Amino acid sequence: MNEIWVALSEAGRLIGGLDVKLTEIVFLSLRVSLTAVLVASALGLPLGAAIAVGRFPGRQALIVTLNALMGLPPVVVGLLVYLMLSRAGPLGQFGILFTPAAMVVAQTILILPIVAALSRQVIEDAWQEYREQLRSLGAGPLTSAVTLLWDTRFSLVTIVLAGFGRAAAEVGAVMIVGGNIDGVTRVMTTAIALETSKGDLPLALGLGIILITLVLALNAAAYWVKEAAQRRYG
Amino acid sequence: MSMLPLLLDRVCFAVNGKTIIDNISAEIADGPRTVILGPNGAGKSVLMRLCHGLFAPTSGSISWRGTNGGRRRHAMVFQRPVMLRRSALANVAYALKLAGVSPRERVLRARDVLEAVGLASVAERPARVLSGGEQQKLALARAWALGPEVLFLDEPTANLDPGATREVESLIGQIRAGGTKIVMTTHNLGQAKRLGDEILFLNQGRLVERTPVDQFFIKPASAEADAFIRGELLWN
Repeated sequence: MNEIWVALSEAGRLIGGLDVKLTEIVFLSLRVSLTAVLVASALGLPLGAAIAVGRFPGRQALIVTLNALMGLPPVVVGLLVYLMLSRAGPLGQFGILFTPAAMVVAQTILILPIVAALSRQVIEDAWQEYREQLRSLGAGPLTSAVTLLWDTRFSLVTIVLAGFGRAAAEVGAVMIVGGNIDGVTRVMTTAIALETSKGDLPLALGLGIILITLVLALNAAAYWVKEAAQRRYG
Repeated sequence: MSMLPLLLDRVCFAVNGKTIIDNISAEIADGPRTVILGPNGAGKSVLMRLCHGLFAPTSGSISWRGTNGGRRRHAMVFQRPVMLRRSALANVAYALKLAGVSPRERVLRARDVLEAVGLASVAERPARVLSGGEQQKLALARAWALGPEVLFLDEPTANLDPGATREVESLIGQIRAGGTKIVMTTHNLGQAKRLGDEILFLNQGRLVERTPVDQFFIKPASAEADAFIRGELLWN
């Protein structure tokens, strides 16, 4: 029990003193996951809106597939991206394996289905309500999709933040394609895994505390945004 | 140059084999306020959606026989207005944008119409937090701003209290005075009397009779209408 207290106080010291190694890891984590969520949102939100509003063959199969892909195991995504990016792989010539870019690719693939599937659900619900009104005003499918994206913006914020939470907390994919290289591709989750196995509990705990705080703050923000918007805009 | 009359020629509409509109032929001309009256489930709303072009008839045809100026010149206000999550003003401006009005003129026209319907003071407020009556007036303003030649109103006061109903009815009178042809559905006899010039009486998807309003309430042509007026249950 005593060991945990020592580790905890040491973790507090690292955080309080803005330890260089620790902040470096935290910033890389944020950089990778924020970029991934940005790319995934730029692709996933329009995709979700298109599937919600569009009617095309294979639509239902696509919805089922996207829903299923929400549960993609990160290690499997990591493995697939590894195979694509490795020297012998089809995208090997770019030489980005074991770089932050590869981690962004893996996390984007991981959360794209989450953003697309959840936004499809939200936008389709709104579409049921808006459909006749928008058609009456002369809106075509594209205009309708854009209008719905804007009108469901507060729910979409929650979805994007959920995607970010997933990206920041996963370890399997970034471990495989990033390689957990000190100072290059070491992020919070991979560092925690490594330091724990090495027995350096203070750093692992410090990073764990930051990660949990981050996820908690994100969820609080998501909740607050939605509540405030609901009160303000109905 | 009017796009009217609207000609319905043996219009049928069925969903999954269930007939909702049963062989209706009628000509809706410019001038009189047309009220589509009938019990719940008679097909009033569906007939209106067919006229507005939201549904396509299963058989028969619906055509505007007048000169059509290219753009669709008819608008519709729904029983439950759908407001976008933006200000009242932006809701009107949105409709004008879809109608191809320039950004500058959109705002001017939106302000004008909100002024005309008495919503200028709430122009900047989010549309979805307005009261039911205000939202319905905003829906009317949004449709009116488009300068429609024909305005379809589907039970425009069904969800409103008497005060709001009075305001909406007077607003409909104002729109009509501006030269817009009014076609509305209602199941409310008092409203049909107040707002209608001619009654199209629907029952079970059929057009049972078409009669000027004063005559309709004194001496309807059909037994079904007579029974409806006397408050009898029509659906078996």
